[in-house]
Amino acid sequence: MRLARVVGTVVATRKDEGLFGTKLLVIQPLDTRHRPTGRPLVAVDSVGAGASEEVFWVRGREASHPFLPDQVPCDAAIVGIVDHWNVAEP
Amino acid sequence: MILGRVVGTVVSTRKDEKLTGAKLLVVQPIDPHGKDEPGYVVAVDTVDAGEHDRVLVVSGSSARMASGLQDRPVDAAIIGVVDTVEVKGS
Repeated sequence: MRLARVVGTVVATRKDEGLFGTKLLVIQPLDTRHRPTGRPLVAVDSVGAGASEEVFWVRGREASHPFLPDQVPCDAAIVGIVDHWNVAEP
Repeated sequence: MILGRVVGTVVSTRKDEKLTGAKLLVVQPIDPHGKDEPGYVVAVDTVDAGEHDRVLVVSGSSARMASGLQDRPVDAAIIGVVDTVEVKGS
Protein backbone atom coordinates (compact mmCIF):
# COMPACT_ATOMS: atom_id res chain seq x y z
CA MET A 1 0.00 0.00 0.00
CA ARG A 2 1.01 3.61 -0.45
CA LEU A 3 0.06 6.91 1.15
CA ALA A 4 -1.80 9.70 -0.64
CA ARG A 5 -3.94 12.78 -0.19
CA VAL A 6 -7.38 13.18 -1.71
CA VAL A 7 -7.20 16.20 -4.01
CA GLY A 8 -10.30 15.96 -6.17
CA THR A 9 -13.28 14.13 -7.55
CA VAL A 10 -14.21 12.66 -10.92
CA VAL A 11 -17.73 12.49 -12.32
CA ALA A 12 -18.44 10.03 -15.13
CA THR A 13 -22.00 9.29 -16.18
CA ARG A 14 -21.19 6.82 -18.95
CA LYS A 15 -19.14 4.07 -17.36
CA ASP A 16 -18.73 0.34 -16.87
CA GLU A 17 -21.72 -0.99 -14.94
CA GLY A 18 -19.31 -2.34 -12.31
CA LEU A 19 -18.55 1.27 -11.37
CA PHE A 20 -22.17 2.26 -10.80
CA GLY A 21 -22.55 3.71 -7.31
CA THR A 22 -18.83 4.01 -6.65
CA LYS A 23 -17.06 7.22 -5.65
CA LEU A 24 -14.10 8.19 -7.85
CA LEU A 25 -11.48 10.38 -6.21
CA VAL A 26 -8.30 12.00 -7.52
CA ILE A 27 -5.43 11.17 -5.18
CA GLN A 28 -1.91 12.57 -5.04
CA PRO A 29 0.63 10.01 -3.78
CA LEU A 30 2.75 11.28 -0.89
CA ASP A 31 6.21 10.45 0.43
CA THR A 32 6.73 9.71 4.12
CA ARG A 33 7.15 13.42 4.78
CA HIS A 34 3.74 14.30 3.39
CA ARG A 35 5.23 15.72 0.18
CA PRO A 36 3.64 14.97 -3.21
CA THR A 37 5.51 12.37 -5.23
CA GLY A 38 4.63 11.08 -8.67
CA ARG A 39 1.54 11.64 -10.77
CA PRO A 40 -1.99 12.03 -9.43
CA LEU A 41 -4.35 9.18 -10.29
CA VAL A 42 -7.97 8.16 -9.91
CA ALA A 43 -8.93 5.68 -7.19
CA VAL A 44 -12.23 4.14 -6.15
CA ASP A 45 -13.13 4.95 -2.54
CA SER A 46 -14.08 2.03 -0.29
CA VAL A 47 -14.00 3.75 3.11
CA GLY A 48 -15.83 7.08 2.75
CA ALA A 49 -12.76 9.28 2.33
CA GLY A 50 -13.20 12.98 1.67
CA ALA A 51 -11.40 16.01 0.30
CA SER A 52 -7.91 16.74 1.67
CA GLU A 53 -7.81 13.59 3.79
CA GLU A 54 -4.66 11.49 3.96
CA VAL A 55 -5.38 7.92 2.99
CA PHE A 56 -3.66 4.68 2.14
CA TRP A 57 -4.46 2.92 -1.06
CA VAL A 58 -3.80 -0.34 -2.85
CA ARG A 59 -2.83 -0.82 -6.45
CA GLY A 60 -3.42 -3.63 -8.93
CA ARG A 61 -5.94 -6.44 -9.04
CA GLU A 62 -6.26 -6.31 -5.25
CA ALA A 63 -7.91 -2.90 -5.58
CA SER A 64 -11.12 -4.60 -6.62
CA HIS A 65 -11.20 -6.89 -3.56
CA PRO A 66 -12.94 -4.48 -1.17
CA PHE A 67 -15.97 -4.58 -3.44
CA LEU A 68 -16.31 -8.36 -3.86
CA PRO A 69 -18.50 -10.12 -4.78
CA ASP A 70 -19.26 -7.13 -7.02
CA GLN A 71 -16.95 -7.07 -10.04
CA VAL A 72 -15.54 -3.54 -9.96
CA PRO A 73 -12.94 -2.96 -12.69
CA CYS A 74 -10.44 -0.80 -10.80
CA ASP A 75 -6.67 -0.85 -10.37
CA ALA A 76 -6.47 1.62 -7.48
CA ALA A 77 -8.65 1.76 -4.36
CA ILE A 78 -8.57 3.76 -1.15
CA VAL A 79 -8.69 1.21 1.66
CA GLY A 80 -8.04 3.35 4.74
CA ILE A 81 -8.11 6.87 6.12
CA VAL A 82 -4.87 7.71 7.94
CA ASP A 83 -5.16 9.31 11.38
CA HIS A 84 -1.43 10.02 11.47
CA TRP A 85 1.88 8.41 10.64
CA ASN A 86 5.33 8.69 12.10
CA VAL A 87 8.58 8.00 10.28
CA ALA A 88 11.93 8.51 12.00
CA GLU A 89 14.12 11.20 10.46
CA PRO A 90 17.18 9.67 8.77
CA MET B 1 -6.97 4.37 -12.89
CA ILE B 2 -5.55 7.14 -15.00
CA LEU B 3 -7.21 9.99 -16.81
CA GLY B 4 -6.63 10.23 -20.53
CA ARG B 5 -7.80 11.71 -23.78
CA VAL B 6 -8.66 9.63 -26.82
CA VAL B 7 -6.26 10.67 -29.57
CA GLY B 8 -6.55 7.87 -32.11
CA THR B 9 -7.66 4.45 -33.17
CA VAL B 10 -5.86 1.19 -33.92
CA VAL B 11 -7.05 -1.15 -36.66
CA SER B 12 -5.79 -4.72 -36.64
CA THR B 13 -7.09 -7.47 -38.88
CA ARG B 14 -4.90 -10.35 -37.74
CA LYS B 15 -5.09 -10.59 -33.97
CA ASP B 16 -5.86 -12.96 -31.13
CA GLU B 17 -9.31 -14.35 -31.77
CA LYS B 18 -10.45 -13.25 -28.31
CA LEU B 19 -9.88 -9.67 -29.45
CA THR B 20 -12.27 -9.97 -32.36
CA GLY B 21 -14.74 -7.12 -32.20
CA ALA B 22 -12.71 -5.14 -29.68
CA LYS B 23 -12.41 -1.42 -30.39
CA LEU B 24 -8.83 -0.32 -29.80
CA LEU B 25 -8.16 3.32 -29.03
CA VAL B 26 -4.95 5.24 -28.46
CA VAL B 27 -5.15 7.19 -25.21
CA GLN B 28 -2.89 10.07 -24.19
CA PRO B 29 -2.55 10.24 -20.40
CA ILE B 30 -3.49 13.65 -18.93
CA ASP B 31 -3.25 15.19 -15.49
CA PRO B 32 -6.40 16.26 -13.57
CA HIS B 33 -6.15 19.72 -15.17
CA GLY B 34 -6.20 18.24 -18.67
CA LYS B 35 -2.52 18.73 -19.45
CA ASP B 36 -0.78 15.99 -21.48
CA GLU B 37 1.45 13.54 -19.62
CA PRO B 38 4.22 11.55 -21.29
CA GLY B 39 3.48 8.22 -22.93
CA TYR B 40 0.42 6.60 -24.41
CA VAL B 41 -1.62 3.43 -24.04
CA VAL B 42 -3.66 1.32 -26.42
CA ALA B 43 -6.87 0.43 -24.58
CA VAL B 44 -9.98 -1.57 -25.39
CA ASP B 45 -13.05 0.65 -25.32
CA THR B 46 -16.00 -0.71 -23.33
CA VAL B 47 -18.10 2.46 -23.06
CA ASP B 48 -18.29 3.70 -26.65
CA ALA B 49 -15.83 6.54 -26.19
CA GLY B 50 -14.99 8.81 -29.10
CA GLU B 51 -12.12 10.90 -30.35
CA HIS B 52 -11.13 13.73 -27.94
CA ASP B 53 -13.25 12.31 -25.10
CA ARG B 54 -11.69 12.46 -21.65
CA VAL B 55 -11.75 8.92 -20.33
CA LEU B 56 -10.91 6.74 -17.36
CA VAL B 57 -8.47 3.91 -18.10
CA VAL B 58 -7.93 0.85 -15.91
CA SER B 59 -4.66 -1.07 -16.33
CA GLY B 60 -3.22 -4.46 -15.55
CA SER B 61 -5.21 -7.57 -14.72
CA SER B 62 -8.05 -5.39 -13.41
CA ALA B 63 -8.77 -4.43 -17.01
CA ARG B 64 -10.15 -7.91 -17.54
CA MET B 65 -12.84 -7.20 -14.95
CA ALA B 66 -14.49 -4.71 -17.28
CA SER B 67 -17.66 -6.00 -18.82
CA GLY B 68 -17.07 -8.25 -21.80
CA LEU B 69 -13.32 -8.57 -21.26
CA GLN B 70 -13.16 -11.67 -19.07
CA ASP B 71 -10.40 -14.06 -20.20
CA ARG B 72 -9.27 -11.74 -22.99
CA PRO B 73 -5.63 -10.77 -23.52
CA VAL B 74 -6.09 -7.17 -22.44
CA ASP B 75 -4.12 -5.00 -19.99
CA ALA B 76 -5.83 -1.64 -20.48
CA ALA B 77 -9.52 -0.79 -20.83
CA ILE B 78 -11.51 2.42 -21.11
CA ILE B 79 -14.21 2.07 -18.45
CA GLY B 80 -15.66 5.57 -18.23
CA VAL B 81 -16.21 8.80 -20.11
CA VAL B 82 -15.36 11.67 -17.79
CA ASP B 83 -17.91 14.46 -17.39
CA THR B 84 -15.96 16.60 -14.92
CA VAL B 85 -12.83 16.53 -12.81
CA GLU B 86 -12.79 18.79 -9.79
CA VAL B 87 -9.46 19.42 -8.16
CA LYS B 88 -8.88 21.43 -5.02
CA GLY B 89 -7.80 24.90 -5.98
CA SER B 90 -9.06 24.72 -9.56
